[in-house]
Amino acid sequence: MNDSMNTAPQEVLLRAEHLYKNYSTGKKGREVHAVSDVNLSIMKGETLALVGESGCGKSTLGRTLIHMLPATSGSIYYQDMDIAAMDDKQFKPYRRKMQMIFQDPYASLDPRMTVRNIIAEPLETYKVCATKEETTERVLKLMDAVGIPGEFLNRYPHQFSGGQRQRIGIARAIALQPELIICDEPVSALDVSVQSQVLNLLKDIQHAFELTYLFIGHDLSVINFVADRVCVMFLGCICEVAGKDELYSKPLHPYSEFLLDAIPVADPHRRNRQRKVLTGEIPSPMDLPKGCCFCTRCPYATDICRKERPELRDLGDGRQVACHHPLG
Amino acid sequence: MEEKNILEIRGLKSYFFTDNGVVPAVDGVDLDIPEGKIIGLVGESGCGKSMTVRSVMGLLKYPGRVVEGSIRFDGREIAGLKENELRDICGKDISMIFQEPMTSLNPVIKVGKQVRETLLIHDRSISREEADRRVIEIFKKVGISEPEKRFNSYPHQLSGGLRQRVMIAMAMICKPKLLIADEPTTALDVTIEAQILRLMKELRDETGMSVLLITHNLGVVAELCDYIYVMYAGKIVEQAETFELFDHTAHPYTQGLLDSIPRIGRNADRLHTIPGVVPNLLHLPKGCAFCNRCELAEKSCHDQGVELREISPGHKVRCIKPIEHKEVTGS
Amino acid sequence: MFEHEDKNMALNEDLQSQIGERDGIRDKLKRMCRENPLAAVSAVVIAIIILMAIFAPVIAPYGEAEQDLINRLQAPSAEHWLGTDELGRDLFSRMLYGSRLSITIGILPSLISLTIGVVAGLAAGYFGGWVDYVIMRVADVMLSIPSLILAMVVMYTLGTSTVNLFIALSMTGWSSVARVVRSQTLSIKQSEYVEAARSIGVGRWKIMFRHILPNCIPSLIVLFTLNVPSAILSESSLSFLGIGVKVPAASWGLIVNQGRQFLFTQPWLCLAPCVAIMIVVLAFNFLGDGLRDALDPYMQR
Repeated sequence: MNDSMNTAPQEVLLRAEHLYKNYSTGKKGREVHAVSDVNLSIMKGETLALVGESGCGKSTLGRTLIHMLPATSGSIYYQDMDIAAMDDKQFKPYRRKMQMIFQDPYASLDPRMTVRNIIAEPLETYKVCATKEETTERVLKLMDAVGIPGEFLNRYPHQFSGGQRQRIGIARAIALQPELIICDEPVSALDVSVQSQVLNLLKDIQHAFELTYLFIGHDLSVINFVADRVCVMFLGCICEVAGKDELYSKPLHPYSEFLLDAIPVADPHRRNRQRKVLTGEIPSPMDLPKGCCFCTRCPYATDICRKERPELRDLGDGRQVACHHPLG
Repeated sequence: MEEKNILEIRGLKSYFFTDNGVVPAVDGVDLDIPEGKIIGLVGESGCGKSMTVRSVMGLLKYPGRVVEGSIRFDGREIAGLKENELRDICGKDISMIFQEPMTSLNPVIKVGKQVRETLLIHDRSISREEADRRVIEIFKKVGISEPEKRFNSYPHQLSGGLRQRVMIAMAMICKPKLLIADEPTTALDVTIEAQILRLMKELRDETGMSVLLITHNLGVVAELCDYIYVMYAGKIVEQAETFELFDHTAHPYTQGLLDSIPRIGRNADRLHTIPGVVPNLLHLPKGCAFCNRCELAEKSCHDQGVELREISPGHKVRCIKPIEHKEVTGS
Repeated sequence: MFEHEDKNMALNEDLQSQIGERDGIRDKLKRMCRENPLAAVSAVVIAIIILMAIFAPVIAPYGEAEQDLINRLQAPSAEHWLGTDELGRDLFSRMLYGSRLSITIGILPSLISLTIGVVAGLAAGYFGGWVDYVIMRVADVMLSIPSLILAMVVMYTLGTSTVNLFIALSMTGWSSVARVVRSQTLSIKQSEYVEAARSIGVGRWKIMFRHILPNCIPSLIVLFTLNVPSAILSESSLSFLGIGVKVPAASWGLIVNQGRQFLFTQPWLCLAPCVAIMIVVLAFNFLGDGLRDALDPYMQR
């Protein structure tokens, strides 16, 4: 079923190695480990989904990967260049290759700019077009590509509905013909019927513009639709990386299993199915457990889990898992 | 149905009187909540589901107000009650939990004290020690670990899931007959959502209260509800018992919603979509409100309004040409 | 047919915007006029006074310093609407000319201090760190000195002249503007659309002036309308104390000062300019309050 997986050559577009991102909290010595020791590759042309609960560091990881936030340590390779170590000036030529789509369609568009100016901003920043007319023409083409009628060129964001605003945000992200787009929960603020429209659009645009997506989300049913591979995160660590079908049919990390079990299913006949419901709350990212991040909530945890942090191991078949006792 | 209804809404109309015209946010809604049942009210944003419960609780903000209709709670008419009369009922017999627990809790007061306050307002005879004991008890009941310690926490010290549990504790402490939950899990993570939904079901089983659950998530209603109302553009478009609604969906809108959810195990290349967007309530089509987005619409759908009619016992639909289901074999 | 439907669809907004929570500035102003007629009347009053100031030479029946020593200290009459002063100058004409200076002094220093405050506040809020620290400490110091005393010190050191008066009044207002702009910048800086601009690679100056500043404008309008009356009052006080505008030029404060000695015999000489000052200051304050209720994002709900 995975067309893009099979046809696209397995070329690595972006690779993170031992990536750390800490925030200091102001209090002395207290640091939040938003991302710790992440190794991750994004293949050209694929959609890699980053799943996890709020506060697991998925948004921070996404932003760190495209240099929106400075990495604390570690490397990020793009075409064999380490972009993590670059300053803003050195990074500038790479910036236009990596764009972003945001979660909140109401907050991500400047309320005082017209649709034309919003979509034209990236074009003007990089002086892609020589004249104003040319820019406007490009904007109209982009609006057409995302399904916003051209006559709304001079309207303001507040005159559009949430789904249409998200389309405008998508047009802005593809204006520079980037290679990688970070989609930060692009549909979680939208209604069901609009959500499916935007998801279809994202897929269409990926084919038309040969894009690679890093899709950040928490809704596993949405991710099931968009992703080729899925990377499950918990408290700044990667728990499991696997192809979509493999993960959904046979999760290896206990946390992935709990996540899958927790999804409410729109089918009342399945309401009495066996579900594993997690108990307990997420530990504070300020003082992580010494061993596995998940050991405080994991029903299968043993002594070794509390003492030693599991490495992300390659189990072949494109599956990686960070667990001492993988399921299955 | 021999059950007694704890809440009966008849012909409720709540309009917003704006500069641009009258917005019929709630336009003739009939809704029953039987005792001890969990009722789902489903719809997309702007369909009027929140406005319906706000009308019940007397929480409509200017320029909106209830224009007509009757709201009977436990046999007593509460539409048009004065604010102070309504306050005796709301908070005690009817209580409500909101989507965002952080904004519904006062950030500078300890959570235990806030819950105790709710109790003391509605029952002045209780001593403070007794009240404290009751709060700890309810904290235990809603699954807050270390209730004595949490009593003295401030809202920002708690995680989202715990805050929502505190909200539920606050809503439950007066032993309400009806709990209205407005998108109670939308702001929460899936694992926490599953916990909260399970908790609400357990509390219902234990106390026999009724629950009105407002949500846009069809998965949530399928997991939890006994009976479901689907709302679109201020009107109920379909209502049925849960299994009936999912098995014999009759309204094209409900069907469209069900089809647009991405589902695990159904690897489709494209999702079904409902074309267009929710209509502007100021300029509703003359006929069926859904006609412009409906793939099955005929000329008559555009021309005349549609009434809610019963197509099978307990299953009502507002559609001229409801989807017919051939008897499904197997499954 | 289809196109038409499409258009309707795109114009649809969700219920929230229909009930008026996401209006443009123009809608908000319209609503203000309806809900707060006092502010609307104030706007009209201000407009009339500004027009009168501009067309003073046309309207005024006599010249600014035209003396008529025979008709000194006359009571209001058909010939001299507000009477004459001790040199026989027509008070009404003098007040018309005076309004030019008073209004200019109200508006121009406010504009200058607004500009300084905006630049300082934007820089402090956007760059943070030591830039923020230095600018805000200077602003704190400025705020801790009573503005009238500061203006007096400036006037004494630089000498009394109209230009120096502008400088003195401009120096006092900027720090409160800087504070407001800084706090707004801090919050707008966190917004997703600024992040979006950064993700595109838009330069920091462009972000400041294209994204942050335009979104501060509602607060700036409010600040401006509230700054104008305080500048007018300061000018009046300084002129009354004799360190403001110099005769024979006229300003309302100066006219009050000159009329002071006749307070008990010819009270209109003092009262008329006082009333004028009061009307203008009140009108600006009412308008400012109305605008704040209508525009200020922090005042909503």
